Amino acid sequence: MAPTSEPDDRPVVLVTGASRGIGRACAEAFAASGWAVAINSTTEAGAAQAAAEIADKHGVPTLAVAGDAGDDKAVDGCYRAIFQRFKRLDALVNNAGILCDGPLGMIAPDKARRAFSVNALGTLFHIQAASRLMRRRGAGAIVNLSSIMGTRGAAGASAYAATKAAIASLTRSAALELGPHGIRVNAVAPGLIETDMLAGLKPEQLAERVATIPLARVGTAAEVADLVLFLASDRARYINGQVIGVDGGMP
Amino acid sequence: MAGVADLETCFVESFALEPGTDPRSLRFQSILEWDSVGHMQLIAAIETAFDVMLETQEVLDMSSFDKAIEILRRHGADL
Repeated sequence: MAPTSEPDDRPVVLVTGASRGIGRACAEAFAASGWAVAINSTTEAGAAQAAAEIADKHGVPTLAVAGDAGDDKAVDGCYRAIFQRFKRLDALVNNAGILCDGPLGMIAPDKARRAFSVNALGTLFHIQAASRLMRRRGAGAIVNLSSIMGTRGAAGASAYAATKAAIASLTRSAALELGPHGIRVNAVAPGLIETDMLAGLKPEQLAERVATIPLARVGTAAEVADLVLFLASDRARYINGQVIGVDGGMP
Repeated sequence: MAGVADLETCFVESFALEPGTDPRSLRFQSILEWDSVGHMQLIAAIETAFDVMLETQEVLDMSSFDKAIEILRRHGADL
């Protein structure tokens, strides 16, 4: 839980799974817009390094808060640290997630449980704690990372897709429950995005999938982060309970 | 940090208690107002008044006035 530079009146966001990929891009986007950023990663080293790099690059206060999203006690610890440091939370980006792929007959029970623990339960645990901190100010925005697999299904990734569908459902329910307290909850559903998760695809598999995208290319993590930042901002003040695709029009 | 009177105020205001109602006599779901929604209202009031961040399990365990005192003491409240 290493602090860098001093807090002030600027808005505060927590980004989970922020050491790389879409989470890192989100943390960078918020920092570039002047937000103070709490950086969550599963390891102390990963969180601390990202927090230090972002503080150095953007000159904003950052805080490293390590902890596994699937561990409710670790999640509570993140919010205690944020409360101690900033006394507020304006936005949460629920990005932490792990992949669990394989055909239905080849999904190991432990891997499926772990994926649900981190992706679905972790999102729930963070919403629980974040919304309590946001309620004190009667305002806040939560953006969850679902996936096009969660909204359309995905052969060969049933367990992962189900965790992302759970996030979409959780988003709609939380929006109904937290809206009256001034807290908006939305989700983004990325399509094929250039991250480590694409590394497992063979070139011909990737080309085949790109061929189905009307915009004829994979998306970037920064393009997802642009939507996340918008949904967390006051410019999206009347958007609540939505799951919005960032997929180049992927069918 | 806030005291017992502030905790009483949290209960009275969260549940719009009638004058003369003793918050110490209440239990979770013992009155209509203390349902799950009212509980979160109470938690928000207590966290604000005592300037603490409770753990999720403590939120679930806070089922009476005395239990609230016990939990808040863990967070350094002088009650």
